[in-house]
Amino acid sequence: MSDIFKGIEPLIYESKINVPYSWWAGDTASKFFINLRDEKKIIAPRCGSCGKVFLPPRKVCPACFTENTEWVSVSDEGTLVSYSVARRKLASIPADKKLPVVWGLVKLDGADTAILHFLDDVDPGDVKIGMRVKAVFAEQRTGGIRDISHFKPVR
Amino acid sequence: MDRAAIIGVGMTKIEANKSRETFADMAWEAVNKALDDAGMTIADIDNVVTTSSDFWDGRTISCMAVGDASGAADKNISCIEGDGTYGAFYGYMRALSGSYKTTLVTGHSKGSQGVSSLLTNAAFDPIYERGLGMDMISACAMQANAYMNKTGVTPEQAALVSVKNHGNALKNPVAQLPMKISVGDVMKSEMIADPLRKLDCSPISDGCCAVVIAHEAVAEKFKKRPIWVRGLAFRTDAFFFGDRDLARSNALAAAAQDAYKMAGITDPKKEIDLIELYDAFTYQELLWLEEMGFAEYGKATELLAQGQFDIDGALPVNASGGLMAGHPVIAAGLYRIAEIVLQLRGEAGAHQVKKAKTGLAHGVNGLCGQSHCVWILDQER
Amino acid sequence: MAKRVAIVGTGQTFHKSHRPDVNGQEIINEAVQRALADADLKIKDIDAIVIGNMDHFEGINYVDCWSVDGSGGVMKPVIKITTGGTTGASLAIGGNHMVGSGMFEKVLVIGWEKNSESDTTGAITTAFDPIWDRQVFAGAISGLAAEAQGYMARYGASDRDGARVSVRDRKHAMNNPHAQLRKEVTLEEVLASPMLADPIHLLDVCPRTDGACAVIMASEDVAEKICPKPDWIWKTAARHSYAYLGDADYGRLVSMERCAKEIFQKVGIKEPRKEIDVIEMYQPYSFAGLIWIEDMGIVGPGEAPGYIWDGNTDMGGELPVNPSGGVISCNPIGATGLIRCAEAAMQVMGKAEGRQVPDVNFAVSTGFGGCWWTDMLLHGKKKPN
Repeated sequence: MSDIFKGIEPLIYESKINVPYSWWAGDTASKFFINLRDEKKIIAPRCGSCGKVFLPPRKVCPACFTENTEWVSVSDEGTLVSYSVARRKLASIPADKKLPVVWGLVKLDGADTAILHFLDDVDPGDVKIGMRVKAVFAEQRTGGIRDISHFKPVR
Repeated sequence: MDRAAIIGVGMTKIEANKSRETFADMAWEAVNKALDDAGMTIADIDNVVTTSSDFWDGRTISCMAVGDASGAADKNISCIEGDGTYGAFYGYMRALSGSYKTTLVTGHSKGSQGVSSLLTNAAFDPIYERGLGMDMISACAMQANAYMNKTGVTPEQAALVSVKNHGNALKNPVAQLPMKISVGDVMKSEMIADPLRKLDCSPISDGCCAVVIAHEAVAEKFKKRPIWVRGLAFRTDAFFFGDRDLARSNALAAAAQDAYKMAGITDPKKEIDLIELYDAFTYQELLWLEEMGFAEYGKATELLAQGQFDIDGALPVNASGGLMAGHPVIAAGLYRIAEIVLQLRGEAGAHQVKKAKTGLAHGVNGLCGQSHCVWILDQER
Repeated sequence: MAKRVAIVGTGQTFHKSHRPDVNGQEIINEAVQRALADADLKIKDIDAIVIGNMDHFEGINYVDCWSVDGSGGVMKPVIKITTGGTTGASLAIGGNHMVGSGMFEKVLVIGWEKNSESDTTGAITTAFDPIWDRQVFAGAISGLAAEAQGYMARYGASDRDGARVSVRDRKHAMNNPHAQLRKEVTLEEVLASPMLADPIHLLDVCPRTDGACAVIMASEDVAEKICPKPDWIWKTAARHSYAYLGDADYGRLVSMERCAKEIFQKVGIKEPRKEIDVIEMYQPYSFAGLIWIEDMGIVGPGEAPGYIWDGNTDMGGELPVNPSGGVISCNPIGATGLIRCAEAAMQVMGKAEGRQVPDVNFAVSTGFGGCWWTDMLLHGKKKPN
């Protein structure tokens, strides 16, 4: 910048984008969440062509590119594919979670793809890829991903 | 296919907080530097591609802020949202589609104005994932764990990437974070998300980069030796982490192969002299190098430790300091292209590498490297 | 050598105000599946994808990455273009350059929006400069009202002239099963509908819509093998010149004039009124239907009201405008410009069914957005020279 601006105080305008959203879950996600909320059951769509079972549920098989028409029950137990332990209070972390927050990528038995969720009831130092984990359902369930409270190690 | 070349580059200094400058001010500086570099005036430019993100800029139609400053008044213009390597890719295609001959491409971002954690949390699926509160750092920590678990690479080994790149930045006047540090310093820095410590992570940065891409019919008419685009490609992997092998990057392997094929490269290790890649986190430099074929899977750390990726090594990687030394999201990949252009011209100054005929520039979109863009640039057509 | 580019297939959702049965990825997939079926192609035949929307309408960062399960983009090159309201048309221009460059033979172009998922006006307001315009200006309608006032003051047009355009587009929409608002309106109803911003009534403006559109473009090497009667893209143009609201000439759309002049001059169209057979215009409110056909050079300044009252732009008229029912009948914003492109392509390909204009040789489609920006495409039956 040229010298004519030398010594100018850089003013800052504080603002925030505040746009409310209401995302339609769609029939596929709604079916999954209603089962979770009302039955504490984890279900997943299966591709009629390649047989893959998808979590998170998908209306369309991304490989075959055809609609998944069949639903199957999936176990509430599975294997830890990877994990992450937040030590710093990242701005994205929900207000009710205390540090350290542990997230796991969990492949449930009967599913071909893994889902993200919290890992809890475990010392972060004891978390190991390949460990067996089990879903703990929330007491109050409202039809969202946190109807599963978290996953905990199978002992 | 016709050929195109990069004939001008302009970079602002990358800084933690350009509080004195708006997006337009940054674009104005980078654009004028690129035009001066090319020996052009804005009248020599026949179309413009800006690269920006409505999320990072906190503004719907974020391109509106920089169009005029990019000299686009009464010119054909468009805007790519994503990394600058993708903006440049579109600019390249526009230069070859018969409509135009000279594309000005800009990419800008001011990380200082937003909250990275919230902006990257918004990249997660709103129904199934977002409420869990992950962001780019916690996601990449998950990828780092998957990679390290599979390869046996340790955090100490990865930390050497930070040492090298921050050290390289000491020689690069546009870098934000030149630092002489040791592996011990990295390992002592704050743990943010295991295994990523503060010095494993690229900083929050402001910056703008501009490049001029010209069709072969006009590429040699301006001041600088054209740096030719020999090959380029991009590929996008599955979205959900659980659909991918998070310990690998199939999209990068495929994009690199596409780019090599287009460039006629059969042995990248022998035929590519230097690399500027998207090292947002230390482990990424290793993983990306391996997926592009410069080391066996899990073995890049050995070559790193031997000094092969140093400025005076056999295959300099991020001689500029890379993203470790400054990470203006969106613009970062475009900086990689500009850096390779300077190197291939022999104009990189203190961080100039010795042998620089063919270079590779790399950019990333999405979480944990879901999408990759690879450019092969060359002194010769 | 640059390749000539043709549209070989199009697909749209049945656009609605709310689509609670599908999420964003799923609505995208509906349009993609229809476009693939129309072109008789499989997703594996597609070499690259260009997709766009407006981020703050759905609040999803990196939409190109997030949407791959719906778009079919897994392990393909996927790139995102976003330019505000012009996004859909900018996507079409993008597909044209991607194929035209020779880099990709068959490109899938996708525009989408679920406007029901956010506060459209709130999101649009964030388009304006945060330090200057955002403080004093809200949404899209106030700017459009300023344009309409400028035009009426200059040429003596009235709100009845605007209403006539609404009546036309809403009547045309009756022929389009994909349109959202399929109910005819009368002049009196338009003029009696609530005043939003003088002189714009509720029935003068576009609705909020959930919808997606997909278009498949192919290079001249394969286009005619895929499609017996492809729609050739002759020329494209875009002008996004302004950054601030006060930069505009209220009452004229300079960007439209510049785009039209560039395209018609390059192609050698001297009398667009006679040589163009149909226009699909991104016309977000009725008065634009007057002002912008003047800026396009169809009629002279101030002549649009008479031209339109005489029925020239109606179906069966000299130059039908918006046979689809246009944006006043349907506006999933990120898709809207691409829907114009798809509708123009269908007219050229002879696939427009109940809204077909006979013997279309040249068609024009446009996009509008940003701060008085225009994107334009010229479509033609014959392969360009």
